[in-house]
Amino acid sequence: MTPGTHTAGPAGTGGAGRTALETAEAVRSGRLKAADVLEENLAAIRAREPELHAFNLVLEDRARAEAAAVDEAVVAGRDPGRLAGVTVALKDNLCTRGVETTCSSRILEGWLPPYDATVVTRLRQEGAVVVGKTNLDEFAMGSSTENSAFGPTRNPHDPTRVPGGSSGGSAAAVAAGFAGLALGSDTGGSIRQPAALCGVVGLKPTYGLVSRYGLVAFASSLDQIGPFAGSVADAALLLEVIAGHDPMDSTSLDAPAPSLLEGLGQGVEGLRVGIVTELMDGVEPSAAAAVEAAAAVLSAAGAKVDRVSVPAAVYGLSAYYLIAPAEASSNLARYDGVRYGMRAEGPGAGGPGSGDVSAMFAATRAAGFGDEVKRRIMLGTYALSAGYYDAYYGQAQRVRTLIIGDFDAAYRSFDVLLSPTTPGPAFEFDAKTSDPLAMYLSDVCTIPTNLAGHPAVTVPWWPEGSGLPLGVQVLAPALGEAVMLRAAAAIEAGAPPAPVAP
Amino acid sequence: MSPAQPRPSISRDDVAHVAHLARLALTAEEIERFTAQLAAVLGHAADVAALDLAGVEPTAHPLPLINVLREDEVRPCLDRDEVLAQAPAAEDGRFRVPRILGEAP
Repeated sequence: MTPGTHTAGPAGTGGAGRTALETAEAVRSGRLKAADVLEENLAAIRAREPELHAFNLVLEDRARAEAAAVDEAVVAGRDPGRLAGVTVALKDNLCTRGVETTCSSRILEGWLPPYDATVVTRLRQEGAVVVGKTNLDEFAMGSSTENSAFGPTRNPHDPTRVPGGSSGGSAAAVAAGFAGLALGSDTGGSIRQPAALCGVVGLKPTYGLVSRYGLVAFASSLDQIGPFAGSVADAALLLEVIAGHDPMDSTSLDAPAPSLLEGLGQGVEGLRVGIVTELMDGVEPSAAAAVEAAAAVLSAAGAKVDRVSVPAAVYGLSAYYLIAPAEASSNLARYDGVRYGMRAEGPGAGGPGSGDVSAMFAATRAAGFGDEVKRRIMLGTYALSAGYYDAYYGQAQRVRTLIIGDFDAAYRSFDVLLSPTTPGPAFEFDAKTSDPLAMYLSDVCTIPTNLAGHPAVTVPWWPEGSGLPLGVQVLAPALGEAVMLRAAAAIEAGAPPAPVAP
Repeated sequence: MSPAQPRPSISRDDVAHVAHLARLALTAEEIERFTAQLAAVLGHAADVAALDLAGVEPTAHPLPLINVLREDEVRPCLDRDEVLAQAPAAEDGRFRVPRILGEAP
């Protein structure tokens, strides 16, 4: 990385211009050492991590041991796996046994989970090298990574701006070449929004496609784990690895992992593509223009593009900010200073004789949670409380039914839908921190997908002459990942190139 | 069923009550700030609260939820000592907490 350049290295490459697919292929064939791949990433981390703060924890020693094990397997003639030697960064709300998992919250600081998330197990089985745990908005609540208890992550393309959130560390890690791939979680856009703002591919799978065992719960009817990658094909590869039924997650779909890479290059001839009019309203002109330009790319490749209305999508933001906090207020009740994490000391909160357990709960939660988490717990508790349940939570659930119905209607006429991923490019620090509603509006284009349980992917789009990327979002019906990725690959192939460092 | 119209705003007393329900010991300053911020978000949600959705079934979950059962057989679980090692206080193989009942006589 050259100091003074405003652009990051090639996304997801460790600076060497290799995709994850190419890295795995080269490591598997013995042409490239996993250890050397890791050292490239560690060098990039040394150069820019002090400035960007993508990680809560870099696992240098463990990663070296994992890379050495991959290289030994290759030498010994054993199959090192489909992600052999590919470095992966994990959002720090994914449990790693014996390795600190904080959710970027004081309340979990120092916690060593007693088990691995299923996605982590699957990565290891396929020869991936876990390079570190990435920063996030506390408990994944936020759109800028400014809500981390450990300080914000900076956007690799312009460190005066946010990387998006909540998975801002994972997005920045891939964009800066700190890791070949990354995992995040997406409850209302927390993969797609930071991916768009950092110029990488980010994908939220169909609800239930990827096991959430070991993902710290935020809003259980919405949360999904998904990939960040430097290319659509790399995202497809990582999703193939992590998808598939898991008996440890009762919401895991009982279906085999889909085959996604195979059909990626089949093109979009005859594909019916609908631009969602409601998600084009109110976004910045550059974001709308990117979608129009991507649609033109698809059209030129043989797709049939038209406009489509998803009327109830306009209520998505309101419904989400009732449903997600309601579920969060329940999920986060478990942080009470009893089983893990911190317990507040001090008057009324200490040991025997100094207060009761209820005072300890309240003191622990007041000291351990940051502002945004408190705000969402309060909002959710209010929305669920006697007298308001039906007016807020109940209404939001009915709106959810409308949104699903409107998407179903759209998918009777279209194979995939298009929209901006975000209303605009990365914003500056503190631009929205004092106004929660303004921050929530960052998620207006991504939220409807979560409410419906559908998949969506963001493809980087660099407006000409701009140093900041945007994202074009491709949406598909439940389990429509294959066709969605096919459209995404076609957009990627026709997108303007990312600016290169001078 | 027609939903009750939500109150146009949320009071400091409402916020203090909700903070108690949520077991959050908030400062007076936080209660003041959250009152204004929650009012803004709930104001935005008024569009949803005001919709006439009589006859629309609520959706709690994107998948049809079914009970997932497994065979009732013994299998390994998390290691007790490893779990308890992460607790703020443990004693005799259990989580230790402050008094949960009233003052002893």
